[in-house]
Amino acid sequence: MPIKSYLAHAITGKKTELMHALKSMEQCEVVPAENQDVLALVTDTANEQEDELLKEKIEAIESLKLLSLVSGFNAPQK
Amino acid sequence: MYRSVTNRRSFIKKMAMLSAMTAAASMFPGIVFASEQEKNIPEDANLDWKKGPCRFCGVGCGILVGTENGKAVAVKGDPQSSVNKGLLCVKGYHQIMCIQSKDRLTHALVKRNGRYVKTPLSEALDIVADKMKSTIDTHGKDAVAMYTSGQSTIPEGYVASKFMKGAIGTNNLDCNARLCMASAVAGFLTTFGADEPMGCYEDIDHADYFVTWGNNMAEMHPVLFSRMLEQKGTRGAKIIDFATRTTRSSTASDKSILFEPQTDLAVANAICYEIIKNNWVNTSFVEKHCNFSKGITNMGYGLEDNYTFADKPEPIDFEAYKEFLKDYSPEKVSKYSKVSVKDIKYLAAIYGDPNKKVVSYWCMGMNQHTRGTWINNLVYNIHLLTGKISQPGNGPFSLTGQPSACGTAREVGTFTHKLPKGVVTNEKNRRLAAKIWKVPYERIPSKPTYHATEMFRAVDRGDIKFIWTQATNPLVSLPKTSRYRPGMQKDSCFVVVSDVFPTPTSDVADVILPAAWHIEKSGLYGNSERRTQHWDKMVEAPGEATEDAWMFIEVARRMGYGDLFPYSKENHVEEIYNEYRQFHEGPKHGMAPLEVLKKESGVIWPYVKGKSTQWRFNSTYDPACSNGEDFHFYGKPDGKAVIWQRPFEEAPEKPDQEYPFWLNTGRVVEHWHTGSMTRRIPVLHQAMPHAYVEFHPEDAKSYGIRNGDQVKVSSKRGSCVLPASINERGLPTKGQVFVPFFDENMLINDVTLDAFCPISKEPDYKKCAVKVEKV
Ligand code: SF4
Repeated sequence: MPIKSYLAHAITGKKTELMHALKSMEQCEVVPAENQDVLALVTDTANEQEDELLKEKIEAIESLKLLSLVSGFNAPQK
Repeated sequence: MYRSVTNRRSFIKKMAMLSAMTAAASMFPGIVFASEQEKNIPEDANLDWKKGPCRFCGVGCGILVGTENGKAVAVKGDPQSSVNKGLLCVKGYHQIMCIQSKDRLTHALVKRNGRYVKTPLSEALDIVADKMKSTIDTHGKDAVAMYTSGQSTIPEGYVASKFMKGAIGTNNLDCNARLCMASAVAGFLTTFGADEPMGCYEDIDHADYFVTWGNNMAEMHPVLFSRMLEQKGTRGAKIIDFATRTTRSSTASDKSILFEPQTDLAVANAICYEIIKNNWVNTSFVEKHCNFSKGITNMGYGLEDNYTFADKPEPIDFEAYKEFLKDYSPEKVSKYSKVSVKDIKYLAAIYGDPNKKVVSYWCMGMNQHTRGTWINNLVYNIHLLTGKISQPGNGPFSLTGQPSACGTAREVGTFTHKLPKGVVTNEKNRRLAAKIWKVPYERIPSKPTYHATEMFRAVDRGDIKFIWTQATNPLVSLPKTSRYRPGMQKDSCFVVVSDVFPTPTSDVADVILPAAWHIEKSGLYGNSERRTQHWDKMVEAPGEATEDAWMFIEVARRMGYGDLFPYSKENHVEEIYNEYRQFHEGPKHGMAPLEVLKKESGVIWPYVKGKSTQWRFNSTYDPACSNGEDFHFYGKPDGKAVIWQRPFEEAPEKPDQEYPFWLNTGRVVEHWHTGSMTRRIPVLHQAMPHAYVEFHPEDAKSYGIRNGDQVKVSSKRGSCVLPASINERGLPTKGQVFVPFFDENMLINDVTLDAFCPISKEPDYKKCAVKVEKV
């Protein structure tokens, strides 16, 4: 049940587009920065597989410049 | 260990969001998230905001703690603090959350018949005093020891020193700053004869280049790094990351240069070679202000018990130094450092350009090094040869890890060889201490005894029969805990641990004393830039949790030293600070009076005639300069700094066929050192729940290791099983693995080597040889 947080860096000037694209994905919660082309993003998925699929979908968004993981360390806790 | 207060996913998600926003705040100074960060504070809250320093690193950010009905409920950055100008990192924002942790130590615990029994504090202190006294009576005063911390406050460190050295009369006092700062101290003393950086954080606003030497500032000094990024964005300042591993700092820098572990010594010499070859030496500065010297080489690595070493400096001239550097041409050094000739020349050209201002930053990468003193000396050489020192935007700057590694460990001097002013080997310094402490001069021994590693070896050997640790967790943080944990468990040593939370160290204690957390007491810290910061007690400590200083005083009184500790419970911080200040009177180290510190968000020493000295040794800024020249390195008797001839020497243990990887250990932004506090802060624990072992993707592939696979990392000393991490937080070079040490459930220091720098006695946590197996 991974919950991860990221910083999603938008291509300059495309923050709103990126925000809409992310908000349209059900597993994403987004808070945009007011004065930078960056969004704080939290993803909530059912399992690792779904998590990876979602990440692929996010990475395919055109207005996204860079996605950097902040928390939700990727290794499963054993 | 920490158990989550609630499992609600919404709570975790909220924490994850906060974590992302605070991470952004350290990458983009001044970033605004629609006031989300203050959303937790109820709108109608009537908070009383009190100033203090952050608890969680040597940057020393100013914090404001909001209290309501006697409880700390919020933290924000202090806009008045010139250190952070209102900004905090993820640890800073969430720091107060740990004090509410359910497993807080609130009462003394005494081990009786193998079980911990809740005991009134005064009874526990009776037991400690009786045991300490009877140990001294039976085995002599050098059979008792105290091991303190760079997180102890200035008054706590001062009372510890006075108690051990002045009252009992033993130098068996050392602290965990030995593990992080001793090489910086030895570097400053050998080159300049005076400890601590000459510059200050304002250098950031003036420098054209920042060269970081093995220093992941984006994670370890995040607020300073964000200040550098701001200068990068606004003025075009450049950040050059010189390291053995690609980190968040590398990716945010203008250039990342990777080197083979240990070869920073050779690259620093190669930079000096280039500076001389290209006539970039500031000749008039060097002639007026520098001497050249060499010392003993092939010193060993302190691997054997009772190892001793004393350097024998010998003067040399510039020609001899130049001759020595012939072995360090970029072409020769490139072969074993794996730094290209082009990159070595690039670094040299930055330092060599008279029109560019350069600050070098470093921390554990250079200090935790078996040649730690040498590499500190070598970076000073670069700045001295070019005269880029002690000026706004120009200078070498050794950063500290702990909030008061400077203020307490280094300035008060909680090391075996130190006194609040000077060293125990110096008669004048001992006489001053004896006078202020009002003890017979003969009582203060003139010989240092055990530095940290040797202190725990002495515990293991049975030579130390009583040890008291405070605000530190050596059984997670020492190197080679695989030896020192069983050593501490032996019946031959009585162990007293004062702490805020249970730790693997308190697990082996005979008596556990409940300590007050920093905002639950008044105190003073001193940060990396010589800034002393005072705070008043903000909330009451729970149960019988008490200030460490007061517990020392109570034990000292019980042992018959009451006349030396005449302080009152209500005002002891003030009384102790005023006594301590006498040690540093004068323009070279004058400390600000308490009234000033109470008003200001920290004051830089030397504080002379109502003014801070921001750049020492430069007569424009430093009233202690008295030689009539533009610079005066007055720490040395002849007023000159020393350019040291120090060679490259191999690490004591290198990868081989059986143990083919370098092991590098370190920290992560979310956790403070051994994690005993930050792992009890839900947002930080969620963000980084456990340690891991980082691989280069090619190494991982050749071992068939995937992200999350359990991997056993073993050395000749011990092993540790951790999940693999590939292409996540950091990227080690091929042939190297990296493990953070914050996780008490994955004790990587069972694996590390207890080799240390023979001059500073600081262990090297960055280099030993290991093998890895998928399990
Ligand atoms: S950078 Fe250091 S001092 Fe500043 S808020 Fe973070 S942990 Fe605290």
